[in-house]
Amino acid sequence: MPPKGRIVVNDLYCKGCELCVAACPQEVMGLDMSRLTVKGYHPATLIKEGCTGCGVCAVVCPEAAITVYREVVRPRVAAAV
Amino acid sequence: MTLAEMETLVYARPASLTEMPTHYCPGCTHGVAHRLIAEVIDEMNLRERTIGVASVGCSVFAYNYFDFDWVQAPHGRAPAMATGVKRVLPDRVVITYQGDGDMASIGMGEVVHAAARGENITVFFINNANYGMTGGQMAPTTLPGQKTTTSPRGRDVETQGYPVRAAELIATLEGASYVVRRSLHDPKNIRLAKKAIRLALETQVRGLGFSLVELLSICPTNWGMTPVQSLKWLEEHMIPYFPLGDYKIHPAVAEIKV
Repeated sequence: MPPKGRIVVNDLYCKGCELCVAACPQEVMGLDMSRLTVKGYHPATLIKEGCTGCGVCAVVCPEAAITVYREVVRPRVAAAV
Repeated sequence: MTLAEMETLVYARPASLTEMPTHYCPGCTHGVAHRLIAEVIDEMNLRERTIGVASVGCSVFAYNYFDFDWVQAPHGRAPAMATGVKRVLPDRVVITYQGDGDMASIGMGEVVHAAARGENITVFFINNANYGMTGGQMAPTTLPGQKTTTSPRGRDVETQGYPVRAAELIATLEGASYVVRRSLHDPKNIRLAKKAIRLALETQVRGLGFSLVELLSICPTNWGMTPVQSLKWLEEHMIPYFPLGDYKIHPAVAEIKV
């Protein structure tokens, strides 16, 4: 199974430029059309399951708005459960 | 097990950037260049001894966005000011951050002579093929046929001349040790750009002479495109005229392993 990840987009910085949306290899990113940031942009967000925490969105983000986390896979713990 | 134990942090905003949101237009790759420089300065642990010299142009507020010392130079004069800062404080890392209107136009003399003298400074040159801050006028780097507000029918090379390839020009000088061109249009090239920034700063830290990194950048607002269209335009039009590559790597720099 691919690793699971998640991202946190900081609304203070995100300007909805969609560079992360275009670059996401899993195509799970989009703009959150239900929200506006203080500056009036629709911020980027995860729109689907399937984020692997690869960090490509953070590599292309011009505002350093994205924090990326990836789940640690521990085979031994998983086997015990 | 707590959440922190189950997750690793893959990426977070670098410490060398302040908490201030930038004034750049959405999608502008100035932000990517800022981020890469901040990441490299964090990695090399240089924050306490770096002095930046800001230019005039969109990057004029760089001192608000980086969390280390900055001075502001008159238009185009950043390499001259950096020369002074570096000679007075030789143990500091001195960088300039300049756009094409600043470095390749009004400041061409300063950067050429700083490189010819082999000043031990690092220049980051952002090439977006127009004057971004003042509204998209034709710059020395504007491509032949490219429409700008001062070349509405496209740049006519018969009357307006040809674009300047700054990296190639600086690379002919004996004093320059590390001169490369990179692009910021996709994740792979952004990673290569970060390596080049690292090597440029290593060059300076080791006292090996002048280093310049030219970064091809987008200007969605003045080009009249979306950020994603701009990346494609950069790849299709700018890279053929401004080929990516290493233009000068001194043998001593080539030996650096990072």
